[in-house]
Amino acid sequence: MSATTASTGSRSWGRLRRRMPWWVLVLLLVGLAFIWVFPFIWMVSASLKTSAEIFGGGLNLIPEALRWENYARAWVDGNFRTYLLNTVLVTVATVAIVVARCALAGYVLGRYRFPGSRLVIGILVATLFVPTGYTIIPIVKLSLELGLLDQLGGMILALAGGANVASILIYAGYFRGMPAELEEAAIVDGAGFLRTFARIMLPLSMPVTATVAILTFLFTWNAFFLPLVFSFSNPALRTVSVGMQAFVGENSTDWPGMAAAGVISLLPIVVLFAFMQRYFIEGIAGAVKS
Amino acid sequence: MATQVMPVRATGTPATPAPPRSPARRRRERQRNLWIYAFLLPTFILYGMYTLYPIVASYWYSLVEWNGFTADQRFVGLDNYERVLADPLFWSSVGITLLFMLIVAPLRVFGAFAMAILLNSPRLPLRSFFRTAYFLPVVTTTAIVGVVMRFILDPASGPVASVLQVFGLGPVDLLGNSSTALVTAGVVYVWKFFGITMIYWLAALQTIPKDLYEAARIDGAGAFGLFRHITLPLLIPFLLIISVLTIEDCFHAFDLMQSMTAGARSSAPRSSRSTSTGGPSPPRSRNSGSPPRRPCSSA
Repeated sequence: MSATTASTGSRSWGRLRRRMPWWVLVLLLVGLAFIWVFPFIWMVSASLKTSAEIFGGGLNLIPEALRWENYARAWVDGNFRTYLLNTVLVTVATVAIVVARCALAGYVLGRYRFPGSRLVIGILVATLFVPTGYTIIPIVKLSLELGLLDQLGGMILALAGGANVASILIYAGYFRGMPAELEEAAIVDGAGFLRTFARIMLPLSMPVTATVAILTFLFTWNAFFLPLVFSFSNPALRTVSVGMQAFVGENSTDWPGMAAAGVISLLPIVVLFAFMQRYFIEGIAGAVKS
Repeated sequence: MATQVMPVRATGTPATPAPPRSPARRRRERQRNLWIYAFLLPTFILYGMYTLYPIVASYWYSLVEWNGFTADQRFVGLDNYERVLADPLFWSSVGITLLFMLIVAPLRVFGAFAMAILLNSPRLPLRSFFRTAYFLPVVTTTAIVGVVMRFILDPASGPVASVLQVFGLGPVDLLGNSSTALVTAGVVYVWKFFGITMIYWLAALQTIPKDLYEAARIDGAGAFGLFRHITLPLLIPFLLIISVLTIEDCFHAFDLMQSMTAGARSSAPRSSRSTSTGGPSPPRSRNSGSPPRRPCSSA
């Protein structure tokens, strides 16, 4: 450590010079980050402008006057109040079903050996990467025969019925890592199978539940293909992602209204992301760690 | 009493060697198994209905002649496959899919790698801000982002057109022109999902033990040496996993392509709802050219 002998002044100058590349880098990254989020900034700005301003304004992001009536138009005329309500209903119900069934399945698969357990895990893992779009025809046919096609309940079941293998495996891995003493103590206290799970295991799995719930929320809120198919013949069932497509088709010149509709649709998920960022990131990172 | 619980350890072997079984013990085990199957029931039902059955049914449909609505299905063997393989449109979309993957997968994997290396450095200020900003597009609804991108890339009055004009480049219909459509779609796709791959790499970087770096630094290794001899070799195994995950992800491009290129084609400019303002130049409907509508769709 020869640097300790140098005088204070030259040391801070040296540090400044050493730090220079970092600050250049930070500037570059800030610029890139601005470009990265620019589409969203532009959307918010456009949602408060008039059509004339958007078409003629070029790169100017500041509206002349805040046109909140664009939001009123998207909300009422564009039916986004219905679409948003549908999306919230579908998302909340789907998250509840997925969390419940994945916790139950993950618990028994992670902690018990029973006749057929290897087979069950094998089949689940084999379908880990099946994308939903490829199996849409049988899903529609099945829902049609069960009378589930043109209702939100059917949409929820179809969204919650997707494989969700990753969530089950996350739960299984978490429950597997818990000490056996927990269960033994519960049994000594006279707790049965169900009570042991509901009173001891489930509360202890809160971190996993948060991750699974957030990821399912993200997937369901952003789902497009299944909601599209389930609301084909009944526009009142549209979610925001389907509603946006319909709005574009019907009002292809109303850019401010569309931008306002986009803000309405994206705001909930972005706010959720801002507050629960850790769980989003952990959920995504889990795919690599396991 | 605790012996009926047999937690499966990471090794996968039962914890206890099977003791002689009494009838009472067997009854308890049967009861336990009933609970287990009850716990699996919701997953069995939903998974069977919406995942397993559709996969099997899809294979069956591929072997029959069927119009999709009536009950009338005639088994035709591999005829459907023969027809698809003879269809030039199928091969053209396979080609576009592969080309699309060749463009976007390396950009995502290696671009995100470089970004993760930068963001992982503890000396970089504003790290969590950058991570949030670059991850933001991932959480947004693809079908809506696609529509917004149509505005952004609009050749008449979108912001990208304005920037191109500043540089003296004439109006280019980036999505409508067949020579630029694929690359443009690829850039938007990389932008949208870059954050996922970045988080993969950041997670991989977290697995490298800190004391390895310290030990190497004591041995006199510089920043480049650390990167070359510790970071790189330890990340190589992750390259395979992350590449597979990223390429698999490419098959989910349908929402983005559909919302970015379709929709406008079916809507002939109707009377606008916003009669009060009356914009001077309504966005052109984009039904010329051949944008890659479903670049990642195969049979």
